[in-house]
Amino acid sequence: MSFRLDLDLFPIAAGLLAALTCGLLGNFLVLRRLSLMGDAISHAVLPGLVIAFMLGATRSPLTMLAGAAAAGVATVVLIEAVKKLGRVEPGAAMGVVFSVLFALGVLLIERAAVRNIELHADCVLYGQLELLHWYGAPDSLTGLWSVATLQAIPRQVWLLLGMFAVAVVFVALLFKELRIASFDPALATSQGVHAGAMHYALMLLVAGATVAAFEAVGSILVIAMLIAPAATARLLTDRLSIQVWLSLAMAAAAAVGGYASAAAVPAWFDAPSVNAAGSMTLVAGVLLVAAVFFSPAHGVVARNLRRRALRRDTELDNLLASLLPGRGAGAADAANLPARPLAVAARRGLVRIDQAIPALTDDGRKRAAAVVRRHRLWESYLVEDAGLRPDHVHATAEQLEHLPVTPAQHTRLDPHGRPIDPTDENGTSPSA
Amino acid sequence: MSARHASIPEVQDAWPTWRQVADTLTFSAGYNTSVVLAGAALLGVAAGIVGAFALLRKRSLVADALSHATLPGIALAYLAATALGYAGKSTPILLLGATITGVLGVVSIQLLLRHTRLKEDAAIGLVLSIFFGAGAVLMSVIQSLPRGDAAGLQGYIFAQAAVMTGADAQLMGVIAVVAAVTAALLIKEFGLVCFDDQFARVQGWGVQTLDLAMLSLIVLVTVAGLQAVGLILVVALLIVPAVSARFWTERLHRLVILSGLIGGLSGYLGAATSALLPRKPAGAVIVLTAGAIFFVSLMLAPSRGVLAATIRRAKVRVRIAADHLLEAGFLHQHEGGAPRLHAEGVREVAQHRGWGPLMHAALRLHAIRTRLGRFEAGAFLLTPKGVERGRRVARNHRLWEQYLVTHAELAPSHIDWTVDQVEHVLSEDLVAQLESLLGDAAIPASGAARAAGAPG
Repeated sequence: MSFRLDLDLFPIAAGLLAALTCGLLGNFLVLRRLSLMGDAISHAVLPGLVIAFMLGATRSPLTMLAGAAAAGVATVVLIEAVKKLGRVEPGAAMGVVFSVLFALGVLLIERAAVRNIELHADCVLYGQLELLHWYGAPDSLTGLWSVATLQAIPRQVWLLLGMFAVAVVFVALLFKELRIASFDPALATSQGVHAGAMHYALMLLVAGATVAAFEAVGSILVIAMLIAPAATARLLTDRLSIQVWLSLAMAAAAAVGGYASAAAVPAWFDAPSVNAAGSMTLVAGVLLVAAVFFSPAHGVVARNLRRRALRRDTELDNLLASLLPGRGAGAADAANLPARPLAVAARRGLVRIDQAIPALTDDGRKRAAAVVRRHRLWESYLVEDAGLRPDHVHATAEQLEHLPVTPAQHTRLDPHGRPIDPTDENGTSPSA
Repeated sequence: MSARHASIPEVQDAWPTWRQVADTLTFSAGYNTSVVLAGAALLGVAAGIVGAFALLRKRSLVADALSHATLPGIALAYLAATALGYAGKSTPILLLGATITGVLGVVSIQLLLRHTRLKEDAAIGLVLSIFFGAGAVLMSVIQSLPRGDAAGLQGYIFAQAAVMTGADAQLMGVIAVVAAVTAALLIKEFGLVCFDDQFARVQGWGVQTLDLAMLSLIVLVTVAGLQAVGLILVVALLIVPAVSARFWTERLHRLVILSGLIGGLSGYLGAATSALLPRKPAGAVIVLTAGAIFFVSLMLAPSRGVLAATIRRAKVRVRIAADHLLEAGFLHQHEGGAPRLHAEGVREVAQHRGWGPLMHAALRLHAIRTRLGRFEAGAFLLTPKGVERGRRVARNHRLWEQYLVTHAELAPSHIDWTVDQVEHVLSEDLVAQLESLLGDAAIPASGAARAAGAPG
């Protein structure tokens, strides 16, 4: 796709700013389990818009904004009221408030239509990025640095820029307070941070971001960007500060990538471009799915690999332990032993197979002894410190022995009377 | 209703005659209106019943995600059907598509919850917005197709333009009946899973299967409701009646029945209103009717309602205020005076406690009703019953004070406030326990015992 200043500059700017603002605030919503507040607010601004519209009977942006902002704040207050007054579960309280307000909005739109006022609920959902085309844009990027450019910046973009600045200042100044209020509201209050005030300030900003963004990019993108970048970043890191930066990167990637692919992907099939806000949402979704699978610490793939490595280690440990003298498989031939761990053990030089009879090498014997030792240490721990009966601990110890941690050794003998270090029993008691 | 729209759009705000109202409500205003009315009412009943379980299982907003996730299905079904040469806007095909992606959305939520550390709210919001975003993309694809008969699809989002045919309403009715009957048959199992799924599992119920059944019912109702109320508002039908019914009862059977009734009433009244008044979109009116019932329930329900709670709290406040008055009167008598509080004493207590004229009036009524005392020219005279009550309050106050100092290790200067709160709510049992724990130092036991000089 070729970038055209007149068609693409301001839509991209609007999408990017909306995504960044929502992505930034979303971090704290996701942590506080309030992700769906964005959903609720962006549905519930509809009646505010329509009422402001009917009162002003024009599309005056300021009245509309005021109406939407009022509705946004009213939503937050109403949800709290229903939750507290009616002791209704938070999710249900949200559902009641936003769906009834949205219904009111739909009804009012019909009334407004009676008076020949053009207003569609669709534009609240999808936004109207195409309104941001810049007719008379300079031909080249070098012509961009001029006062004319500043004058040409549409109102929607200014608004989003202002909202983004407010959100950045809010988060930068109150980061510490936001963090503590997000993770532990009670602790925050006891430390002198008013968690309730933080909550309302955050909600106010979310309402502001929703209102600022809906006209340009629509509420779908707002809802998605309030959750997806933060959730994606949350899968990638455990540190909040890193999560915030990552979420901003994700939001930017989704906005730019989504805008580009809205025109580029259909062009491969000779189709006209698709809804840009929806496409940005989809890219955010793709990024999320990628993080779900490929996150280094928490991803499905990494976890499965870790699990498989543990399983292999466990199999190997069990094989080596069974090959210790006097432990059942001492004289077994290779055919009766599990093939995969045996191959691994042979490759690593832990086992030597001599005429189909496997025997432990010195390294193998060391590792096997360590496994048996860990097993017996755990048995001692479970009996002496956890208070279990000696005949109840074998199965648990069988699992714990493969962990990289071991309990401290207090005694020489395990609960069954065997020396904890199996090298002590060589030659004395071959029964196991 | 569509006929009225087309023929007389000028009479926009004309009110229907009583005759029309009666005809509509009694299902005699023409076949189409009646079928739509019946369909909406049945849908409301089914949504109410299914929604009650969703509420108890704390799944209310899963329905929200589900309904948004139907949009890409509707669009894909249209595209597929058109590509294969069928009529794209055939209702069953579109609903089939809606069901498929709706279920896919619910499954995605479960997968996100199982395989990531995201919480339920984030999972719901992610599925909701991403699926809906995909829907928006597909809708814009459809709109750019040369065959421009896609306008009706928008109706599934808001149901503004959705004009139900008799056949559509019948389909909706059938789905609603299936959902309602299934829920009625499985009420015991669902209740168990809702209230204590661990216990249900231990008892050998297939919790996952039952959950799946419950979700299927939610899917059915959502898909059935798409045409009537649109995919954004269908979630209201699942949530609002159930939450409203919850105010009126604590019992599962009644909750389910009541929720169904409220849903049905909303559907019936909403559809009737929308049939009678032009430019009243059925979906919005149905949801607003349910919203009105919710508001009435929130305010007026007997024990959980706001009004009842306010009255209860006011009563407690008056009782506690009276206690303070009686305590002051008793102490006056205890120090050798008469069982009365002079006007000045009353004023002092009132000032200390910050009572307004309203509280004074309430206290007057309370004193008369309970026969604990009466006001006379600003002074407060205690009856013997009032003296006894005052003694008990004073005694509770000191018992609790002693307990906090000796057993909770609070400094004497720190306890006045908490004691003031607690002295009114000590139960008989607790008082007896405190007495045996603390012995009886300098606490007025009872007027009679004291007069007789007996140890207390």
